[in-house]
Amino acid sequence: MTRILERSDGSHLAERELIENDIEAFLEANLRKELLRFTTVGSVDDGKSTLIGRLLHDSKGVYDDQLKDATLTSSTGEGVVDFARLTDGLRAEREQGITIDVAYRYFSTPKRKFIIADTPGHVQYTRNMATGASTANVALILIDARLGVLEQSRRHGFIAHLLGIPHLLVCVNKMDLVAYDAEVYHQIVKTFSDFCEELSFRSVQFVPVSALLGTNVVDRAPESTPYYDGPSVLEYLETVEIKGDINLSDFRFPVQYVLRPNLHYRGFAGQIASGIVKVGDEIAVLPSGKTTRITHIDTYDGELEEAFAPMSISLRLSDEIDISRGDLIVPVSAPLLRGRRVDAMLVWMSETSLDPGKTYLLKHMTRLIRTNVASVRWRLDLERLERDASVEGLGLNDIGLVQLDVHSELCFDPYHDNRASGAFILIDSLTNTTVAAGMLQGLTDENEISEARRGSQVSAEERRVRLGHEGGILALGGPNVSDLLKVAWAIERRLFDEGVLAAVTTEPEIARALRAAGLFAVLCGSAEEALNYSISDGEAASDRLDATISAILDRARASGLLA
Amino acid sequence: MTRTIDRHALSHLRLLEAEAIHIIREAAAEFDNPVLMYSIGKDSSVLARLAFKAFAPAPVPFPFLHVDTTWKFQQMYAFRERFARENNIRLIVHTNQEGIEANINPFTAGSQVHTDVMKTQGLKQALSKYGFDAAFGGARREEEKSRAKERIFSFRDEFHQWDPKNQRPELWNVYNGRIRKGQSVRVFPMSNWTELDIWQYIHIEQIPVVPLYFARPRPVVEREGTLILVDDDRMPLHPGEQPRQETVRFRTLGCYPLTGAIKSTARTIPDIIREMMVTRLSERQNRLIDFDEDGSMEKKKREGYF
Repeated sequence: MTRILERSDGSHLAERELIENDIEAFLEANLRKELLRFTTVGSVDDGKSTLIGRLLHDSKGVYDDQLKDATLTSSTGEGVVDFARLTDGLRAEREQGITIDVAYRYFSTPKRKFIIADTPGHVQYTRNMATGASTANVALILIDARLGVLEQSRRHGFIAHLLGIPHLLVCVNKMDLVAYDAEVYHQIVKTFSDFCEELSFRSVQFVPVSALLGTNVVDRAPESTPYYDGPSVLEYLETVEIKGDINLSDFRFPVQYVLRPNLHYRGFAGQIASGIVKVGDEIAVLPSGKTTRITHIDTYDGELEEAFAPMSISLRLSDEIDISRGDLIVPVSAPLLRGRRVDAMLVWMSETSLDPGKTYLLKHMTRLIRTNVASVRWRLDLERLERDASVEGLGLNDIGLVQLDVHSELCFDPYHDNRASGAFILIDSLTNTTVAAGMLQGLTDENEISEARRGSQVSAEERRVRLGHEGGILALGGPNVSDLLKVAWAIERRLFDEGVLAAVTTEPEIARALRAAGLFAVLCGSAEEALNYSISDGEAASDRLDATISAILDRARASGLLA
Repeated sequence: MTRTIDRHALSHLRLLEAEAIHIIREAAAEFDNPVLMYSIGKDSSVLARLAFKAFAPAPVPFPFLHVDTTWKFQQMYAFRERFARENNIRLIVHTNQEGIEANINPFTAGSQVHTDVMKTQGLKQALSKYGFDAAFGGARREEEKSRAKERIFSFRDEFHQWDPKNQRPELWNVYNGRIRKGQSVRVFPMSNWTELDIWQYIHIEQIPVVPLYFARPRPVVEREGTLILVDDDRMPLHPGEQPRQETVRFRTLGCYPLTGAIKSTARTIPDIIREMMVTRLSERQNRLIDFDEDGSMEKKKREGYF
């Protein structure tokens, strides 16, 4: 509330004076403040909560009653403020003594307003880190000066890079405990800079700090760190250039809502995801591809000649073409990627592991479509930051590259070119929980799809309409090959009788070709595909065969593999 | 009006406005039967304006719901009626009749029971009665510690309960609005606003608010250090207690017997902002319900309080 900064340069005094003597002038200046969102990543004991508590405290972002609370119940000694307690929200966390979810905090200085997404940094909390990172301009990472650059520091840096955070602020904390040793600081800077060389940050800044004592947090402390001549943590946050963080070159407008107050008005409401739009611009509507022109840019406060991301507006168009929620309006010649087979990085966020046989819901901008995860190419080994290609699934807090088979065409930009049009979430269609955060990388390399599909002039949709069902692969495994085939042929017969064109194969390549042709492949005994069902001894016996087949098909239907 | 910082950058307030409009449209599109929780206070007034902006020139496509404890300030009722009439709002007013019949009131039942029965239970009754699957609220994350982790689309189970340990992850501005029948979502478009943002927005947008926010001479009694307005003749005075005229105003509005006034001379919105900036009290310090027990807001929220 009262977020007036007390600093040695006196800037807080100027703002306080303005508030007391010329509130209108203060309000005018306040209106022009930029908003910076940053996320803090750190491990349990590296002093992250203390740093945030210190920023909030020293910028008066803490209420008196909260401060009292943190002082009285502190375990660190009577009358001492336990800064970490200022940021710990829920009871369960207080009991465990760690922050277990993303907490949002707010403060401002005379220069900017800030939103902090405070996230815990254990390896098991990758999902929280990803959540905080998804909207941040800056990632603030803490490194304990006594311990140096640990694996987890690299991990935090890598995840920040993966989520596309533009700027990285590395706080080398607990400098007081190493007597502000320049050697220690420079060694950490060197090691971590080398690591960051390979990552895609627009800027990386290091600051030697003591969160506990406030060294280089709000004010610079040249007496403690004479070898450091950069900004304090707060000065950095106030000045880092963030105007370039929003993509203003590629206009992308996902239609959220169609406004039809009367027969004469049809407006398409949405928030500009990226880029700039002007009245008169020629646009295309995806996925239909129909083109028209912008005639009006409407807001409650009146019409505009021009609008830009991230404004919420409504567009009116010169032609009456069919447009609904989920459509994407882009410039006529936009070099957008379009396809049904895409590569994406996933951060898995659910206790229930990725199930390759299951159909998920994919929400991309304002569009919700079904998708299958065709394959997991590799999982990121978070300890070594290496690719592990031996896995077939992803579990809670895993990060991995997958190939998606999306049920209708996706129109997108790669995440690293455009965060807004490259991001999506995966939703479990049965429990409705959000199971993964996704970042689109690009279309799947045609070579990796299948030789036979390249250049085909028959679309999957046409095949579906002709056959009455979608293609798919049902993978069976088990110790006895003759049992497998017996079950597979019985399934083929059953499905054929039910109107589904199925075929049995033992070759994964053939199975994929059959699926691409819109048929339902029953694949026996391949180690390449994740198994949908494993046939155990006796299940193929004549008296049990019917029950086995029913169980397999029930499971295929429950997972969305079969309609 | 300051819309931009330079040619292609939004000021923080317009950024928050654009974000809130996006959230409102998203929920309106994804849910079958949304409702806007209207509490008559300043945050509700801002929320309503954002809803008007989201659908202009079309009307807001969902009703407003006021869960009435019957103990609001008289000026709040007058404001509510005028607001609904002038803006052509479909306003639903719901009161927990069981609570009325049991004569639950803040004086004899105590603040905890009164709030639970008339507010929390009343809200759940209304949501179930009309089958609302999404409810917009004006809550903000900076208001209170346990709110700092609330999602923007906050999932509630069949019993309208919030489970802070089992929230859906929420990334970018991609919200998950999928629920099963009977479940619902509370939607908080102003999650990222601060109290200063609210007042500044009211100021630049010239949004009408209840006059109780502005300092005037009013009849009050002092109880346990809190100034209570004698708003109507239902207020039982203690023996020897005599209302006295004080120039006071309210920082938050709720049930008048439970809402403390502060001594103030702030007569305009800039006055209020100045006073707020120079004071350092938590927003809810003057609402008695928060002091009932440790972590009480978190407990109320788990049980379905807004």
